[in-house]
This record gives sequence, structure tokens and C-alpha cells, in this order.
Amino acid sequence: MTDTLNVPGGDVPGGDVPGGDVPAVDVPAVNVHGVSRIFAAGKGPGVTALDDVSLDVAPGEFVSLIGPSGCGKSTLLRLIADLDVPTSGSIEVFGKPARQARIDQDYGIAFQQAGLLPWRTVAGNIELPLELHGVGKAARRGRAAELIALVGLSDFAAHYPDQLSGGMQQRVAIARALAESPSLLLMDEPFGALDEMTRERMQNELVRICAETQAAVVFVTHSIPEAVFLSNRVVVLEPRPGRIRSIVGVGLGDMSGRGEDLREDEGFFRSLSEVRDLLHGDPDSSGTGLPTGVVPKTGARGVETR
Amino acid sequence: MRTAQPGLLQTVLAPIVFGVAVILLWQGLVTGLAIKAFILPAPFAIGAEFAGNLNNVAGGMTVTGRNSLIGLVIGAVLGIALAIVAALARLLDEMAAPIVAALSVVPIVALAPVLYTMFGAGAETARQLVAALAVFVPVYFNTLKGLRQVRPVHRDLMRAYAVTSWQATRAVTLPTALPFVFTGLRIASSLAVISALIAEYFGGPVGGLGKSITSAASSSNYGLAWAYVLGSIILGLAFYCAALIVEKLVTRRSGG
Ligand SMILES: Nc1ncnc2c1ncn2[C@@H]1O[C@H](COP(=O)(O)OP(=O)(O)O)[C@@H](O)[C@H]1O
Ligand SMILES: [Mg+2]
Repeated sequence: MTDTLNVPGGDVPGGDVPGGDVPAVDVPAVNVHGVSRIFAAGKGPGVTALDDVSLDVAPGEFVSLIGPSGCGKSTLLRLIADLDVPTSGSIEVFGKPARQARIDQDYGIAFQQAGLLPWRTVAGNIELPLELHGVGKAARRGRAAELIALVGLSDFAAHYPDQLSGGMQQRVAIARALAESPSLLLMDEPFGALDEMTRERMQNELVRICAETQAAVVFVTHSIPEAVFLSNRVVVLEPRPGRIRSIVGVGLGDMSGRGEDLREDEGFFRSLSEVRDLLHGDPDSSGTGLPTGVVPKTGARGVETR
Repeated sequence: MRTAQPGLLQTVLAPIVFGVAVILLWQGLVTGLAIKAFILPAPFAIGAEFAGNLNNVAGGMTVTGRNSLIGLVIGAVLGIALAIVAALARLLDEMAAPIVAALSVVPIVALAPVLYTMFGAGAETARQLVAALAVFVPVYFNTLKGLRQVRPVHRDLMRAYAVTSWQATRAVTLPTALPFVFTGLRIASSLAVISALIAEYFGGPVGGLGKSITSAASSSNYGLAWAYVLGSIILGLAFYCAALIVEKLVTRRSGG
């Protein structure tokens, strides 16, 4: 357990690779291969939430899943986390079946709802996974204190969740997901319930945390600017049945180089309109990566285009 | 978010002022209208009897209180334990549900005469069992309900952590259920006192509040009978308040 307790980005002997068991360089963090998930619906044919989806996520890569509500983003994330199993196809995480990766605690997860335990303090909530996995008291305390500082809540360590704002609760949930220094972070609309200002601040913090921890991230969102700002690649999904429409490489550079001024960058706007065009289902513009200059007539349902 | 607590003055002083006013009005009516003692004795007379027989009333409270407490503990332990088992094993839950539902509609004090013949009229056992049965039903149902309140996001979290089902039960299921358990106990606490007291009317040894009320009334000592009633009220309130305080302490963090 000791090597999972290193400070994120701290001076670990052996360098910049996080987590205990170091994956080989060519093994993807996530490998989704031909995955379908059909939910049985009474006597009917069932709901095809995902249809033949394939996707690789490299170690340290930040990949966003975007698409209108009901296109299977959460389903895909839950499959990767082995909270659900695919109807067909296979999912590997660091070269292992998803189930084994879950048992080995290879990923950290944050949901749309913070999902904190209301009877535990901020520190107690962050210590929860460490406690359940048998980390000693002193080591737990130390790790929780580091993470609380990382998400900027040092003054609130002894507070209970009902004494925190929604944004603060979400930061605790992110710290909890980071507790065991996972090499993979799974996040399902973690900022969905936050106001725009808090949200941008959280995005900046997430970029900083990712630069520090070098973790691969699969991030579900329905905000185009959020996806483009955070990601190396944006996966655009389409609904009924849930399929990958296209994958947009953002190429805004290294996480450590991303700052607030990126939001004003020209490349940022180009990627923004590319993703937007893809979401609106205009096949001509997909792949060109150029802004069309045409204001879309209708927004895809459930997707924020601002 | 918790609501602001009303001031101490409001929570303590207001009921006291109201209570004193009611007692004065009652005393005024009884003396003014010359109501007979067997209909309604004056509060000062009851108070005098209460003070004069303090040892006897306290003795009755001890006997009945002890039976109630033993019944409360037995009923609560059984109710919580069986609810946990029922929550873990679906089949057992389905088998137990009709039995517990039947228990909840039987007037449990009606069992007292049967229990007296089973355990002997000289023992307190029958009264304790009556109290335990009365306690069992609300504790069982509330605990079972509480054990089913785990939020899906917490269930997902436990699965993501790949913990054993016992670890998940301890980390999430039991703390989620706790406020419900204590709500059950609060309801059960006054039931325990009432059941143990009424069970005394059906037989068994003397000394408890129930027996004392009947014997004082049958010897036309109405003031004393009411003094024992006052003792019963104090005992019931003590049980209820104790359970309420524990519940408030436990429920403090159950929101969010
Ligand atoms: N547990 C489930 N049972 C039945 N249908 C489900 C379940 N989970 C998701 N679905 C269906 O699968 C589709 C995709 O859902 P979801 O992955 O939650 O979409 P998204 O997160 O992109 O909004 C939806 O049509 C939804 O109704
Ligand atoms: Mg979703």
C-alpha cells in the first residue's frame, strides 16, 4: 500500500508514473472493443444504450465523452468501471479485464452527485477508500491532509458535507477519487450541477491536478467548452443507438501548459466549432477541423452550445 | 442544512408558563365548582398525595420502569437483529413479513393473561415480554425500512471499492439506517412503558404503577390513584425524552 500513498507528482523513485503497478508503455489505460449494452425493457426489444463502441485511452491521456442526453455516456463509463457489464464486446483496463481492474483498484471514480457520506467529515470522506482498503490510521491522516490541500479545502477538513456548498462537496468527491493515486480517473459530469463560475474554476483545478498526477482521465460532460478545454481528445457520441460519431483531437498542448488564457486561444475556438458541428450532425464539416462560420439552427438536445 | 434552534427561553419557559396556567385554572375550577374527588381531584391534592407518598410512587416507578427497560432492550435487540437478517436474506423477509404484520395488529397486552399462566403469576417476566413484543414491531419495521435507504451512488461507490458485503454494510448501510432505527426506538419507548403498565392490570405481583393505581382507586383513595398516574406520566415522559435526545444526536448528520 505504501507506494500508492505518494504525494501526487511528488519525488517518487522511478519517476513520473503514478500508481503501484506500472503499466507497460504500449498497454492502453482503457481498451473498449466492440462493446454493446442493451437494457432489457419488459417484453419489448430493449434499449440499445451502446452499439459496437470501440475506444482506446492512452496512459495519461484526457478523453471526454460528449453527446446529447441518453446517448450512453454514463453507460460507457459504468462499463469501464465494471459497475455494469456489456451485453457483448470486451473492456480492458491496463491490459486486465475491467472486473480485475476494479478489484485491483486501478481507477478512481467521481459521479455527478458528490455522493459523500453525510455522517463523515471532509477528512473522513476522503479517508474512506483508504480505510476500507486497510491503510493505517497515520498514513490515512497524512494522505487526506495532502488531498484536502490539493483541492483547497484545508480550512474545512473537520466540516460535514451539509456545511459545504455544492462546489466544495464536488471537490471533496474528486479528492476522494484521487485518494489512492489511481492511474485512471473516471468522472461522470462531476461539474454538472455547478454554476458557471465555480465550474470554470473547478476545470482549472482539474487541469492542474491532472498535470500533477499524470493520470489518464475519462470525463463525461455535455458542455462543449468544458470538453474542449480539458481534453486531449473529444469523443462525440450519437444517440439511439449509442455510437461514436467522431473523435476530435484537440491538440491544445500539454496539461501543464493549460491556463485560463487558453479559453481565449484560437485553437480553442476552432476545436469548439468542430465539436459543435459534429454534435449537430453536419457530416460535411466533420474532419475538416475548420469553423464553418454558420450559426447552427438547432442545438442537439441536452447539449450546451454556449 | 439544519434549521436554527429556537432559544432556550422559548423551548423551556413557554411550556412551563402554560403548564402553570393550566394547573391554576384546574385548581380554580375544582374548588370553585366543588367537583367531587372521585370525579376529578384538585391538582394541589394530587400534589400533596404525590409528595406524601413519594417513596411508594418512586417504588412503583422503579418496578414498572425496570420492566419497561428490560422489555425495550429485548424488543429492540430482537427487532434490529431480525431486520438485519431480513434485509440480507430476501426469502426470510418474505416469510417474516406476514407474521410481523399479524403481531402488529394483535392487541399485545391481551397476551398478558396467557403469559402469566406460562411464566407464573409471581414473576415479572410476562410484563417484560409484553413490553418487548410491543417494542419489537416498530423497531423491526423502521430498521428494515432504514436498511433499504442506501442511495444508488453509495452502492456504486462500494462496488467500485470492491469491498466485502460486510464492509459495505458497516460503512454505508448501517449508518444510513441508524436514524430510522432511532425513530423506531422513540416510538417504542413510550409503548414499552404503556404496555408494561397495562400488563399489570391482568395479574402478576404487586408493586408496579398499574397495580398501585387499581388498588388505590378501589380503596377510594382517588388522590393517591392520581398521584400514581402522575408517576406514570413522568416515567413515560422520561423514556420518551431519553429516546428523543438520542435520536436527535444520531440524526444530526443524516441529511445531505
Ligand atoms: N439501468 C438502466 N436500465 C434501463 N435503461 C437504461 C439504464 N441505464 C441507462 N439506460 C438507458 O440507456 C440509454 C443511455 O443512458 P445513459 O448512459 O445514462 O445516457 P447519458 O449518460 O449519455 O445521458 C438511455 O436511453 C437510458 O434510458
Ligand atoms: Mg449520464
